[in-house]
Amino acid sequence: MTQPDAPALAPVLTQDGRPLKASLSRALRREKLRAFLLIAPLLAFVLLTFAAPIVDMLLRSVDNTIVPETLPRTVVVLADWDPKAEELPGEAAYVAIVEDLREAVANKTHTRLGTRLNYEQSGFSSLMRKSGRAVEKIQGPDVKGQLIAADAAWGDPVIWQTLKLYSGSTTKGYFLAALDAKQTVEGVEMLPEGERIYLMLFGRTLLMSIVITLACVVIGYPVAFLLAQLPMRTSNLLMILVLLPFWTSLLVRTSAWKVLLQQQGVINDLLVWIGLLSDDGRLVMMNNATGTIIAMTHILLPFMILPLYSVMKTISPSYMRAARSLGANDWTAFWRVYFPQSVPGIGAGAVLVFILAIGYYITPELVGGTSGIFISNRIAYHISSSLNWGLAAALGALLLVAVLILFYVYDKVVGIDNVKLG
Amino acid sequence: MKLGTTFLATVALAMTSVMAQANELTIVSWGGAYSASQNNAYHKPFMAMRPDVKIINDESSNEAVAKLRAMNEAGNVTWDIVDVEGPDSQRLCDEGLAMEIDPHEWLAKAPDGTEAFVDFGPAMINKCFIPQIVFSTTFGYRTDVKEWNGAVPTSLCDIFDTAKFPGKRSLEKRPKKNIEWALLCDGVAKDDLYKVMSTPEGIQRALAKLDTIKKDVIWWSAGAETPQRLADGEAVIGSTYNGRLFSVIVEQKQPVAMLWDWQVFDFDGWIIPAAVKEDKLPLIKEYIKFATDTQRLADQAKYISYGPARASSQPLVGKHAELGIDMAPHMPTNPANMKNYLVNNIEWWADNQDEVEEAFQVWLAK
Repeated sequence: MTQPDAPALAPVLTQDGRPLKASLSRALRREKLRAFLLIAPLLAFVLLTFAAPIVDMLLRSVDNTIVPETLPRTVVVLADWDPKAEELPGEAAYVAIVEDLREAVANKTHTRLGTRLNYEQSGFSSLMRKSGRAVEKIQGPDVKGQLIAADAAWGDPVIWQTLKLYSGSTTKGYFLAALDAKQTVEGVEMLPEGERIYLMLFGRTLLMSIVITLACVVIGYPVAFLLAQLPMRTSNLLMILVLLPFWTSLLVRTSAWKVLLQQQGVINDLLVWIGLLSDDGRLVMMNNATGTIIAMTHILLPFMILPLYSVMKTISPSYMRAARSLGANDWTAFWRVYFPQSVPGIGAGAVLVFILAIGYYITPELVGGTSGIFISNRIAYHISSSLNWGLAAALGALLLVAVLILFYVYDKVVGIDNVKLG
Repeated sequence: MKLGTTFLATVALAMTSVMAQANELTIVSWGGAYSASQNNAYHKPFMAMRPDVKIINDESSNEAVAKLRAMNEAGNVTWDIVDVEGPDSQRLCDEGLAMEIDPHEWLAKAPDGTEAFVDFGPAMINKCFIPQIVFSTTFGYRTDVKEWNGAVPTSLCDIFDTAKFPGKRSLEKRPKKNIEWALLCDGVAKDDLYKVMSTPEGIQRALAKLDTIKKDVIWWSAGAETPQRLADGEAVIGSTYNGRLFSVIVEQKQPVAMLWDWQVFDFDGWIIPAAVKEDKLPLIKEYIKFATDTQRLADQAKYISYGPARASSQPLVGKHAELGIDMAPHMPTNPANMKNYLVNNIEWWADNQDEVEEAFQVWLAK
């Protein structure tokens, strides 16, 4: 369709003779740039201290460059080898690995490689260490025979299969391990029943966090309600009782619970003293899931009470009065009128408590024993004791994904707009 | 003018701090009574001899391997000397994170002229390790348990006898040592121990033995937990490092006694990070030579009940610095205390730790 002829409009010009439109957009661009420059330091700070470490951690969970970097020749030779054939690779692979190992020994990277492969196939760590010493002496023809003579493990196809499986510069190995599975020549396989641990721990972390969140709602709701109803002077006093533990160090509060909960502790002593328990029948409230739930509920309670209180404070008492004047009894007025208006507070508190609980570490470590520890305790263990950072990163990434999924579901069900923090 | 002065002052200040750094030694250790004993026996006399040197204590040894690895990856190693246990030194040495040292060059001879290498003997467990002490992991028990009817545990296997010795046990939340003890009490001979442990069935056998007391165990992850639980009466018997038990028994006078049967020996010593700055090396060498000589190692035993790693230091072990009691009977290396003992098999654990640890954790979680 052709446009009807229109009189050609002369563009509006500014004083310096440029089109107004171009001049305006230029001014706006400058404005935007200035605004950007103002937040640039903040942006750089956030990227450097928050985004970059997360990205780095996520990369670590798939990083496998140590294998191709330490064994470049072997990786190339093994590319043509079929691991399913259950036969040993040819002489070329042995020549390649001896050369690679010689170089690795000089750089001291062979033990690090051994540690990496030991996660997938136990025995690699000692194999690499022993072979590192052996390769110096290997000379002349029949490298294959000499290497197998130095360590019989090199005559085992499983060793070569593992090498082949993990020869890429990225790996699914850590994520599979974090899900209690393993890569084999035939494909992905679940570990035997007796060796699975992480799925159970993820499940326990979620379940216990839900229990703790519910306990916080049940205990926190009446407290917040009371705070919102009482006259200012009394409620301020009560508020201090809520805030005082909130300001106390986490470690102090957890240690205090240790003193209270242990079998020779204050609570048990009291129960024995008033005759509720016999001296032999002291309750076991610590070093198990019960201890974790009790201590974490107490520690996270302020995170439930504060958002609830701030929402309840905005609910006008005249609604309840109106309901009662229309014939509702106290309970109906509360349940049909007041409670629905306080739901955003429950939502906000629950999200806060749940997300904090799911990543908790110190409290389960100190009072959780073995049945009350969370997945984060395993992550900490892999970071600082076993030094399997890849697995720790994979577990952390899965935890992050779980939180994001829950957040998404929560948004769909409750709606994140309904959350009010103040 | 004023700006210029400020600028000059700043530069001067920066210069002095750079110069000061050249004479600073950052020494990493375990904290608590152990660091205090090093401070008294090594750091103070060294600084008295070299007043220009400043020693900075860092108490991060329990995560030294992880931190050293992270520092190396970041390319900025800020530690000069690190106190680690034997197995950790093996790992650091294998990975090239610890420097290999030549004992002839680095270590002082014994007073009678014996080469350091000979004097340290079996404590020289690898090329990077400069030994200080022998410590052991052993058991302490309460002496006032009514249910025991006057009996006290005399052998390791009494740990597994909940009928005769009821009450909570405090064991380390790691397989190392627990596995060995369980197998020893399940009838495995000392010489076959690591052969049995090398099979999956052996590990399962050890876990099955531990199963018999699992519901009576409180697990610990820090060495201070067992002494605390024994003092509180929360546990009646438990394993930990002998020096910690010494302080509960002798210094705090709690109703606790030692059970030395099948104590497990470990070595603790210094390593030097491989990436340490070149200009620091002479000072580090000087310190190491001083701190590991015969007298200094014997001095440390005045403050804590760990055995000196040098043979020539042992006759010099005297009395406790404050209590004035004879230290020799409290040393793990005292002949009366080492009728049955085990030396931690570092090689075996370096190879199998990941796997056994995993099996142990799964067993724990069940």
